[in-house]
Amino acid sequence: MTAAPSPPGVDGSHAQLARVVREHAGRLAAVLVRLTGDFATAEDLVQDAVVAALQRWPRDGIPERPDAWLFSVARNRGLDGLRRSANYEAKLAQLEPPVPAGPDDRLSLMFTCCHPALSRPAQVALTLRVVCGLTTAQIARAFLVPEATVAQRITRAKRKISGAVIPFRVPDVDELGERLDEVLTVIYLLMNEGYLATAEQAEARDVVEDAEWLAALLHRLMPTEPEVAGLLALIRLHRGRSEARFGPDGDLILLPEQDRSRWDRRAIASATDLLASAARRRRPGPFQLQAAIVACHAEADRWADTDWEQIVLLYDMLLHLAPSPVTRLQRTIALRYAAGPAAALAELEGLAGALDRYHLLHATRAELLRALGRPDQARTADRRALELTSNPAERALLRRRIEWDPP
Amino acid sequence: MRYVLLFVETEDYAAQLDALPADERERAYALAGKWFVDHADRLRGANKLQPAETATTVRLGDGDTVVTDGPFVEGKEVVSGYAEVEAENLDEVLGMVRSWPGCPVVEIRPLET
Repeated sequence: MTAAPSPPGVDGSHAQLARVVREHAGRLAAVLVRLTGDFATAEDLVQDAVVAALQRWPRDGIPERPDAWLFSVARNRGLDGLRRSANYEAKLAQLEPPVPAGPDDRLSLMFTCCHPALSRPAQVALTLRVVCGLTTAQIARAFLVPEATVAQRITRAKRKISGAVIPFRVPDVDELGERLDEVLTVIYLLMNEGYLATAEQAEARDVVEDAEWLAALLHRLMPTEPEVAGLLALIRLHRGRSEARFGPDGDLILLPEQDRSRWDRRAIASATDLLASAARRRRPGPFQLQAAIVACHAEADRWADTDWEQIVLLYDMLLHLAPSPVTRLQRTIALRYAAGPAAALAELEGLAGALDRYHLLHATRAELLRALGRPDQARTADRRALELTSNPAERALLRRRIEWDPP
Repeated sequence: MRYVLLFVETEDYAAQLDALPADERERAYALAGKWFVDHADRLRGANKLQPAETATTVRLGDGDTVVTDGPFVEGKEVVSGYAEVEAENLDEVLGMVRSWPGCPVVEIRPLET
């Protein structure tokens, strides 16, 4: 067996391919939507071009001008498919490269994909496909759902965009806050999806890279929005420590046991700089606060050096801006180290009703009970947590804890 | 682009409105009336419906047609009025509906051309 010859000077690796596609697909989609005024058709053309690129580039090498390559494939398909319509032909005839995307075009694209009139799963799928240039198959693998489900979500969303006339535009100042929250939430979900992914789910981990890329793009396009910078810093702080989160066998390693020498200190420092400059705008928000909490952990050289009082304070501010039982649960974990396990357990019991079906409530309860010298109750709580999570890495960790307990 | 707004009342909303003193209830109606005036340029006709208990539903089956008393969905939320709107896109309609001072639910349905 011989290796396929790879064209000289071209790195045709999977990651490189994905990066090039991502850099150009969204731009092309934005240009085509602007010029044709037809989101669904433009999106189909770009997807066709992306699929063609993923077939051809590994064999032929990545072209010198990937944008022009994708453009001409999309354009030719568009002309083939739409020759019947004089209107489209006229519009596509304008499409002579190079047609640079205006700075607002990709921004409009993000806002359209994350329009509040679309369901959350549709927003997520559309953003990945249209802005990041992922194929339906790649999205399906990342989210462990059947490809047909993703395809249907996208078809329905595109039908709604056309049918209800969801516009391709950057929202006005008076609606920008709310609409930006939608975009940030989608990117945050992508981050979480990848963050929780286990070693076997390589595609889901790649989604974190897409999340960082989207946040960085949004930050470039909206540099004065502190929450955008906050989310970007949050993603980078997580990524800077992701190497240390899994052991050699793919087992999950919790923060206290992580080997901090494996953290990317440079990435962490640049993320905290970004966060500090966002904070100078004096418009705090949930993403900046979450990033500040993660920064507190990331800046501690050892677990014992963690500034728990500061973390509890940041959680209080976060709860003030965005009350949520899950955030209150996270605060109890910090409270354990700032005020002791008994105080934390008392707080946690107040959340048992709201979060009874949330595995981390029970896992946290187990830790507190163990710290208080009540191993039997701790084991029961860990068993309950085990019933409620399907994440393989988390399940393995819980099983180890249940077995390790002294009888 | 044409859209129909379906104004939806809930039991809670109806009860709250009933509980208001007469002058406050009048003020609530006046606010809704003002909204229709403010958006007159986009509105292409609107009507309030009589209460749901006046509704009659006809189900056309295979051969036998069934006529029943009441709206087609039995529930706590009932359509209480509608308006037709002409707008460039959904965002314009959303902007308009956000300032609606009346019933707590509005469904926006684009019309087939």
